[in-house]
Amino acid sequence: MALLEIEDLKVTFKTADGDVNAVNGVSFGVDAGETLAIVGESGSGKSQTAFATMGILAQNGRATGRAMFDGRDLLTMKQGDLNKIRSRDIAMIFQDPMTSLNPYLRISDQMAEVLQVHKGMSKRNAVREAAIMLDAVKIPDAKNRITMYPHEFSGGMRQRIMIAMSLLCQPKLLIADEPTTALDVTVQAQIMDVLSDLRRDLGTAVILITHDLGVVAGFCDRTLVMYGGQVMEEAETGALFKTPTHPYTKGLLRAVPRLDRDDAALQTIAGEPPDMSRLPVGCPFSPRCDVVMDHCPTVRPPLETEGNRRRACHLSADEVTS
Amino acid sequence: MLSFIARRLAVAIPTLLILVVLSFVLMYAAPGGPFNSERPLPPAVLANIEAKYGLDQPFWKQIANYVVGVVTQFDFGPSFQYKDRSVNDIIAQGFPVTLTYGAWSFVVAAVVGISLGAAAAIKQNSWLDYMAVGFTIGAQVLPNFVMAPILVLIFTLWLGWLPGGGWNGGQWENLILPVIALSTSYMASIARITRSSMLEVLNTNFIRTAQAKGLSPSRVIFRHALKPAMLPVLSYLGPTFVFMITGSVVIDIFFSTGGIGRFFVDSAFNRDYSVIMGITILVGSMTILFNLLVDVLYAWIDPKIRY
Repeated sequence: MALLEIEDLKVTFKTADGDVNAVNGVSFGVDAGETLAIVGESGSGKSQTAFATMGILAQNGRATGRAMFDGRDLLTMKQGDLNKIRSRDIAMIFQDPMTSLNPYLRISDQMAEVLQVHKGMSKRNAVREAAIMLDAVKIPDAKNRITMYPHEFSGGMRQRIMIAMSLLCQPKLLIADEPTTALDVTVQAQIMDVLSDLRRDLGTAVILITHDLGVVAGFCDRTLVMYGGQVMEEAETGALFKTPTHPYTKGLLRAVPRLDRDDAALQTIAGEPPDMSRLPVGCPFSPRCDVVMDHCPTVRPPLETEGNRRRACHLSADEVTS
Repeated sequence: MLSFIARRLAVAIPTLLILVVLSFVLMYAAPGGPFNSERPLPPAVLANIEAKYGLDQPFWKQIANYVVGVVTQFDFGPSFQYKDRSVNDIIAQGFPVTLTYGAWSFVVAAVVGISLGAAAAIKQNSWLDYMAVGFTIGAQVLPNFVMAPILVLIFTLWLGWLPGGGWNGGQWENLILPVIALSTSYMASIARITRSSMLEVLNTNFIRTAQAKGLSPSRVIFRHALKPAMLPVLSYLGPTFVFMITGSVVIDIFFSTGGIGRFFVDSAFNRDYSVIMGITILVGSMTILFNLLVDVLYAWIDPKIRY
């Protein structure tokens, strides 16, 4: 049985300009110890999928569907029960390390409270444990620096602190929402190394949300491609990169900058990201698809399982790849 | 931090001196004097009195004498209007009254205002929020000189529960109406600032992190949100406290409380030079002191502020 099973998740935000449908019926599962990448461009609903799972949607947001964890639905759970799962079983790290830590509290206080709340530890023991974790994410002189405030650390260091904090209770699942997007490239690699090592040591399952396909290739077992709040394609990472069978996946892969060729004009997917308040009834990608057919904008292609792969396209896999 | 406080206190001295000189000049420039009245005094008598109070001396000498007296003997001089009473006497009599009802008003305004604002933000768009917003708008547009007579009308004349004025040594019955009248509009402002500041903090990424950590809502509020949400409120509370404890003429007039607010206004009308100066210096020193206190509290709350 999967560790986390998302079924037909929909997220809607009420705004002054009407409802915005950020996620439109997403289903996927993550097994224990597995790494799943969710990729897609900005506004594809990948972060909102994660926020809905954690129950931290913005106030005007509402999630429907099911998010089964250990046989219980996270979406309908009481706040108090959900709080026992957050951080202890499912932890999350965020896109912007500069603003994700509380600037008014010491790192030691922010980390220790996780263990105090979830494990009932004393402050002193919790801080000691937290320092060990900081050491594990390679913060130099962790024992002394743990009493510092967030603004005394760089962005990369703060993301390491976030990772250390998220893993304090050794959760079964870590949701990493674009953990390297706000960091520069060399720091990105370090963060992914830290994440990768800890994941292996602790056996934590990871959902990595990103738009950086380079990060995905080295890290994730499986990859889920989202567009317009829907799943476009999902497959084992190697297979997906080798033979993308969805026009959007193909477009994404083509758009990865290549440094090994000289003809390096940057490829893009034509058109603009979708307006989530006015999506086509059919395939959300149809306005930008280069192999679009007449019925694509009006008939939504079902997400169908073909072997180890799931895909939502009216064209067959062969038709797309050829 | 200590050196910061020492430096700020050192700067306070020239600031106060400037305040003294400016007030002195303004007073001097204003037409009339303490001994002008409808029935003019005989010139010889006037000259005598002016000589007694040192008003016959040149401007610079008057100001120098005044400053020397204040600095060396803490002597703010005699009142020009109340015979046989010094400014020190007047302040010693009026300031405790003002301080009492002012401090109570401040406590009520701060405690109720902050609680109401925070609760409204936490329950945004609930009936509680709408009530709080309605109250803040209503209370802010209702000036205390309208509120005071309404309170007296209701609680004294109609219900007969509370005395409509007097001080009576600061009995609680005498305190209630002045405190309500003085605190309500400040309370509304504090609630409004707290609400908007709290809303802003509750939408920050670090609050989302705190929620994702599985902390209870009360822990998220009290441990993570309250401190940063208090920063803008704090900068409002400093000057507000000074306003409240240095007197409200409206309260003193409507409730006959006998605080220094009344003396301040009367002294300006009567050209009671020494009383004007004394109370101006009192208010000025308080303002400097509490601004400093707010800055110190800022540094205590926000670790990024270091002096």
